[in-house]
Amino acid sequence: MIAEVKPTATATLTLDGVEVSFTEGETIYEVAERAGREVPTLCYDARLEAFGGCRLCVVEVDGMRAPVASCTTPATAGMVVKTTTDAIEKHRRTLLELVASENRENEVDELRGHASQELKSLLDRYEVRGGRFAGRQSGTSNSTDDNPFILRDYDLCISCYRCVRVCAEQEGDHAITMMNRGFEKQITTEFNGILKDSACTFCGQCVQTCPTGALGDRKAMRAESLPGEVEKTRTVCPYCGVGCSVDLLTKEDRLVGVQPAMDGPANEGALCIKGQFAFDFVQHEDRLKMPLVRDEDGELHETDWETALDRAADGFKKAAGEHGRHAVYGVASGRAPHEAAYTMQKFIRAGFGTHQIDNCSRA
Amino acid sequence: MSNPLADMEKPDLIFCIGTNMTECHPVAATRIKRALKRGAQMVVADPRRIPLAEMAELYLPIRVGSDVALLLGMAHVIARERLVDREFIDARTKDGEAFLEHVQQFTPEWAAGITGLPPADIERAALLYGRADKAAIYYTLGITEHICGVDNVQSLCNLALLTGNLGREGTGINPMRGQNNIQGAGDCGAVPANYPGFQPVHDPANGDKFAKLYGREMDGEKGITKVTALNRCGEGIHAMLIDGENTVVSDPDRHHCEHALRALDHLVVIDIFRTETAEFADVVLPATAWGETDGVCTNTERRVQRLRAAVTPPGEAKPDWWIVSQIAQRMSIAGFEFESAKDVFNELCGLSPIYAGLDWDRIEHGEYNWPVPHKDHPGTPVLHEGEFKNGRGLFRVISYRDPAEVVDDEFPVWLTTGRRLQAYHTRTQTGRAAGIDYLLSEESLEIHPDDLADWGIPDGGWASLRSRRGAIKIRARASNMSPRGTVFCSFSFSDVPVNILTGSGYDPVTETAELKVCPVNISPFEE
Repeated sequence: MIAEVKPTATATLTLDGVEVSFTEGETIYEVAERAGREVPTLCYDARLEAFGGCRLCVVEVDGMRAPVASCTTPATAGMVVKTTTDAIEKHRRTLLELVASENRENEVDELRGHASQELKSLLDRYEVRGGRFAGRQSGTSNSTDDNPFILRDYDLCISCYRCVRVCAEQEGDHAITMMNRGFEKQITTEFNGILKDSACTFCGQCVQTCPTGALGDRKAMRAESLPGEVEKTRTVCPYCGVGCSVDLLTKEDRLVGVQPAMDGPANEGALCIKGQFAFDFVQHEDRLKMPLVRDEDGELHETDWETALDRAADGFKKAAGEHGRHAVYGVASGRAPHEAAYTMQKFIRAGFGTHQIDNCSRA
Repeated sequence: MSNPLADMEKPDLIFCIGTNMTECHPVAATRIKRALKRGAQMVVADPRRIPLAEMAELYLPIRVGSDVALLLGMAHVIARERLVDREFIDARTKDGEAFLEHVQQFTPEWAAGITGLPPADIERAALLYGRADKAAIYYTLGITEHICGVDNVQSLCNLALLTGNLGREGTGINPMRGQNNIQGAGDCGAVPANYPGFQPVHDPANGDKFAKLYGREMDGEKGITKVTALNRCGEGIHAMLIDGENTVVSDPDRHHCEHALRALDHLVVIDIFRTETAEFADVVLPATAWGETDGVCTNTERRVQRLRAAVTPPGEAKPDWWIVSQIAQRMSIAGFEFESAKDVFNELCGLSPIYAGLDWDRIEHGEYNWPVPHKDHPGTPVLHEGEFKNGRGLFRVISYRDPAEVVDDEFPVWLTTGRRLQAYHTRTQTGRAAGIDYLLSEESLEIHPDDLADWGIPDGGWASLRSRRGAIKIRARASNMSPRGTVFCSFSFSDVPVNILTGSGYDPVTETAELKVCPVNISPFEE
């Protein structure tokens, strides 16, 4: 990333018996992450302020009576930290059992969202199978919000607040909040309505940070039943000039969804409604599939490349021959890649020795 | 942008003018929201009460097309209150004295008469900008799409030069580019005045260089702009190759545009859809789309990034570079034996000084902002550090001019146009994305509720919107975003072709159309 402050690593602490340096302001969790420890979390999103809600990231610190949440505890010089003791691991397993017992299901399709597999991965890691604490459940799925983008399946909500926090901290939209307490807890909008009637801009950030799939990308989920594995391809959003990095989700040559790239240099995980949800123009049935040429009947007809390219070239030769080399003009695209704009200008300059070339930036 | 996107979280004072960023560049706007949370202050100048205005310390509802007056008034106050950065002016700029003398006459009271703002607010905006340690300016087409677009931009430069807000973190003059690769199209030389890498065509050394590279003599005179080319169709311009632009819908004065394309002997359109513009073509060539094409793009902060193909294109669609190269080869134009996008990009890097340190493999992770003049260079996130490209920053003595057309008895209302969050340009893409209709299914004209009542149009009823160039039918909608006497709609919907109305004038330097100002007449629609 740009202009990152270089760590002035002077202070050290002991992490699982190894001396590790850190920068002032770093939390124990951040130090442990950098050192390659896989401390489990459910409420953590590196882009958001630490929350300390899920208690999975607790660690033992010498001299402290009880384990502390590593995500909210600042690293201090000389600290002796143990991230993985038998007691801590037992505590984590019990917490995960509690979480797992509450949910209708713990295995959701990865198309639901970027972080949707986090809970399932931890359950697998700690070999937790739900049920021991089955009973009352919090969160009720919203079946009335029929918006085409965001599934609100709150039966799977674990009250980690990541959606509420990303909406407030990352987007600054404050469209959703938490209502009630205990088993009555429910993520909702103001006046408990549908997202369309709230301050929601459908940027999809809540979906992508949800660790259980309680929030799901409805457009991507249309492809759950398609055969094949989900593959990801890193590229840049095709809309405005911010240049957000995204991962295209494909299944057997079908473009099924988009996820923000958390390490994208321009967006750092953020996206808007267009970048998140407006991808399906690509494989739309209206796409041009064959070259077209206008025939004597005055209509455009499909033809092969040879015919179309010959027609295109002949027309430019004829215009330049009859009216001079300045008679041919090129308009390059602000939407196509460099290679399009470069060859367009080279066609005009190398072909005619003129500068009769422009792009669509003037309108 | 002179400064990187990450810098948007660092200014003390953010000045947004002519940019509806939360709708048009939403992800950039999230950085501004975070800066505000951190304690930065924001001044927003815009004729419409856009969402940014609600977050601002000071909102300036200026009359459309009056930006120069506001900026002169602000410069006057900054000079009068001795908030100028003397050291910066002396060390790094030119013609500062002439400018300081020029602005003495433009009091806030004078600017108030043109902008419609209270003088005290102009004063306050100047103090907020002038007193900040780090002040950054952000603008979009609300600044450039005017007959005085260049004057507007240079007025913003004057403010930054006056206060030394350039070449430092969290400052700068930052245009937000509106299309994914519009910056790249310029970088690549698809402009009439510059070879690739902004090498001017009027410099004989560049002419010689490209004559050698491209194997033929080059004109020493720049070409004409697209706007002029459309004016000369049938009279000087007889054939056109248009790649990926829906000119008929996006450009001003649609009737003029259609007439121009009809007057051509030969029109070839390369696109992914059969657009309104393709209907005028003799040959339409199917291109591969985003997600199907390997390539490169440059974002608004000059960051050069890779685009990657993930799926197979439909039918026989081909990459644009392949199509153009095939036409060139059939015309025996040398140098089009490219075999991949990588070949094309590497050729560009070899002849563009700002890309000299880049190649296809080096941009794999997108960490470079141009200029990158050699292979060991880290890139240039912040421009103008230490010195300006041309030595010194030039102050420009600028005066206010009225828009090409101003309101009168027959056309008493200002129309201004723009984008909406859920739609993009002419909707060739977003109009074909499932679900977007749920949020935005049709265009409507935003009118202040009191105007709506005065004009006898029911909220949600049909209105007739007329300018000197034509008339359209549009649904009227009450909106407090519109001030009294100014209405707004987007140009995204083909069934509400607002660009039939626009096109009153063009900036004399850039020939950018004054799409942001169009006097209109509004009445209830009658069958």
